[in-house]
Order: sequence, then structure tokens, then C-alpha cells
Amino acid sequence: MISFTLWDIVRNLLLAARWTVALSAIAFAGGSIVGALVMLARVSPNAVLRGVSIAYIEVVQGTPLLMQLFLCFFGLALFGIDVSPLVAASIALTIYASGFLGEIWRGCVQAIGRGQWEASTSLGLSYVDQMRYVIVPQAARIAVAPTTGFLVQIIKGTALASIIGFVELTKAGTIINNATFEPFLVYGFVALFYFALCYPISLLSASLERRLDAAR
Amino acid sequence: MTYQFHFESLAGYVDVLARGALLTVVLTAIATVVGLAIGVAGAAARRSEIAPLRVLAATYVELIRNTPFLVQLFFIYFGLPSIGVRLTANEAALLAMIVNLGAYATEIVRAGIASIAKGQIEAGLSLGLTRRQVFVHVVLVPALAKIYPALTSQFIIVMLGSSVISQISAEDLTYAANYIQARNFRSFEVYLVVTAMYLALAAGFRAIFRSVGNRVFAHR
Repeated sequence: MISFTLWDIVRNLLLAARWTVALSAIAFAGGSIVGALVMLARVSPNAVLRGVSIAYIEVVQGTPLLMQLFLCFFGLALFGIDVSPLVAASIALTIYASGFLGEIWRGCVQAIGRGQWEASTSLGLSYVDQMRYVIVPQAARIAVAPTTGFLVQIIKGTALASIIGFVELTKAGTIINNATFEPFLVYGFVALFYFALCYPISLLSASLERRLDAAR
Repeated sequence: MTYQFHFESLAGYVDVLARGALLTVVLTAIATVVGLAIGVAGAAARRSEIAPLRVLAATYVELIRNTPFLVQLFFIYFGLPSIGVRLTANEAALLAMIVNLGAYATEIVRAGIASIAKGQIEAGLSLGLTRRQVFVHVVLVPALAKIYPALTSQFIIVMLGSSVISQISAEDLTYAANYIQARNFRSFEVYLVVTAMYLALAAGFRAIFRSVGNRVFAHR
């Protein structure tokens, strides 16, 4: 009979937390790349691109992350692709993050005054150059705080990967609980681990927001 | 791709889907009302003169906002019985939704209250209103009008997030999807339809919130 000490619980959760961090990093990286494309489409002069990106954002923000996960997990299998929970979760979280980041960044880009567009147009910059040298650098400054804040949403979102069987913090908690029958203790620890991951980022986001406000 | 879609295999399960959607709507509606009440109370506590009350409210908000809803749900459903609080799946799901929404609503209402200029409060007091009257008429109602859009987005986020309550076997819309796909083995079709239903529910809630907002804050 193996008995679990408190340290065993903490140690196993700590090991599983690495996967929460890894999955968050994948989702944030993937979501940033796709989200940047969504943002560019959303502010583009092309009406079709705008329409498609608006619909994409509406659907991503209007449906549960769990459904997005299930559709990726079961949907890709229809194409004969054997997806692991990690791959399905990475794709679903990338889609989820891109829908939100695209919209957050759209707001940041549109917060840049018309004068900046007019000035750069009158300097003869092309649309691409305007974006690259004038608009995006200024928008990025505004975007730092809300993007950091959204990172917390991504970390919390990775908990849903446990439902399709990916062993991260929440799933590890369930497994340990099944062995120890101490749900109060185990899920309490799981919550504290998430808190330890998310709270510093929340504080950082809030302080970035204040610093940016002060600079104005 | 050689896959044939079989949406017709869902036809026999319309009642299952309807029952699931109904529970999702009912739980969301209750959580919205109670969560908003907690939000107002929590925001009042956060600006209270009693320091422990302020700390308590701030701790509640930060603990909830920095942990996943799924873990809160597991803690309530699996963890609380060991300290003697036994809840059915639906009760635990509702409690988790209320606790979760209450924290976000506290933060949103607090931000709204913080946006009310000090001069407004002083003006109210100098007109002879009591502190309570000032809080309700000068601070709270204008604050709610300001943050109403953020608040309603949060209500919808909670509705969508409630899909995970199926994990503790609360019989919501996602539970219905899981139930059906375990019987007809058409998981992709089922989840596609249910995803569309969530999208429709979100649109429906948004429309209701907009018309309620137009009515309640009409004079603004």
C-alpha cells in the first residue's frame, strides 16, 4: 500500500504544473500569431477580410472554449488525423486566444488617432509601411497591459484541456484525488498553484496599466 | 475527406437538447441576478471604512479571478462535502457560477464606482442627501449605467463557461451533447450543433440585456 504524503501531492502537482505552463506558452504564441492576422484583417480596408474576421471573432467569443476543444479533438479525427490531447488542446487554445487577442489589438490599433494615418499618408508611406513603422509600434505600447491580462485567461483556459485527457495541473489534481480521497486538500492546492501562476501576472498587468496611464 | 455527415441522427434527441439548453439558461439567469447583487455588495465592501471588510472582499475577488472556474467547481462539488457541505451537481454548479460571477461583478462595479467624480458625491451630500441616498442615487445607478456593457459581457462569459458544469454531471447543454454522442457516436455533428446553440444563446442573451439596458437606463 502506497500512501501519499503532503509532499507527494505537492511534488506531483508541481510536475504537472510544467504542462500547464507549456500549454499556456503554446497557446499564447499560437494565439499571438493568428491573432495578429485576425487584427490585420479586422482593420484592413478590404471589406471581405473585415467581414470574415468579424465573423471569426463573433464565433470564437460567442461559443464555449470547451466546445472548441471538443470540435478540434473529434473534428480532426474525421480527417483521419489521430490527434493527441496536447495537439487538440494547442489548436483549440490557439483559436480561442486569437479570437480575443485579435479583438484586443484591433481596439489598440483603432485607438491611434486619425492624424497619425493622415500624417503618414502625406509622407507617402504605403499601407504596409504605415502599419509597420507608424501604427503598430504605437498600438503595441497600449496593447501590453491588456495582453498581459489576457495571459491569465489563457492559463485558466488550459484547465479545460484536462477534460479531453491532457494531464496538466487540473487533471493531475483529479488523478491524485482519486488516489488519496482528499478532494478538499488536493483541489485547494490545485487552486493555489493556479493562483501562484496567475496572480503575479495580474499584478504586472495592473501595474503596466497604471504606468501607461501616468505616462500620458 | 470521405466523411459523411449525419445530422439526421440527432432528430430523436431534440427534447434532450432542449432540456439541456433550458438548464443552461435557468442557471445563467439565476447566477446573473445573484452574482450582480454580490457584485454590488462586494463593491460596497471594497470601499467600506471597515478595513477587514475591504481585505476580505479584495481577497475574494483576487482568489476567484486568478483560478480556473473548473477548479472552483471541483472544489465546491468534491471538496466541500469533506467539511460537511453536501450539494447536488446542479446546486454545486449554480453555487460555483454565482461565486465566480460575484467576484468579476465586484471588480466591474468597483471600477464603475471609482469612475464617479468626487464632486458628485460632495454635491449630493451638500444637497442634504443621506450617505445611503448618495450611494444609491449618485454613485451606484450612474456607475451601473456606465459599466452595463462590461457587466453583460461577463454574464455571457459565465453562460459560455458554464459548459464545464457537465463535468460534475450537471445536466446542462454540454451534458446533453455528451449524452447524445455516447449513443449515436456522431460526436462531431452533435458538438457542431450544440456549439451553434451556444452561439444562438449568447446572441439571445445579448439582445435581452440590450433591451433591458435600454429600458432601465432610458433616461440617460
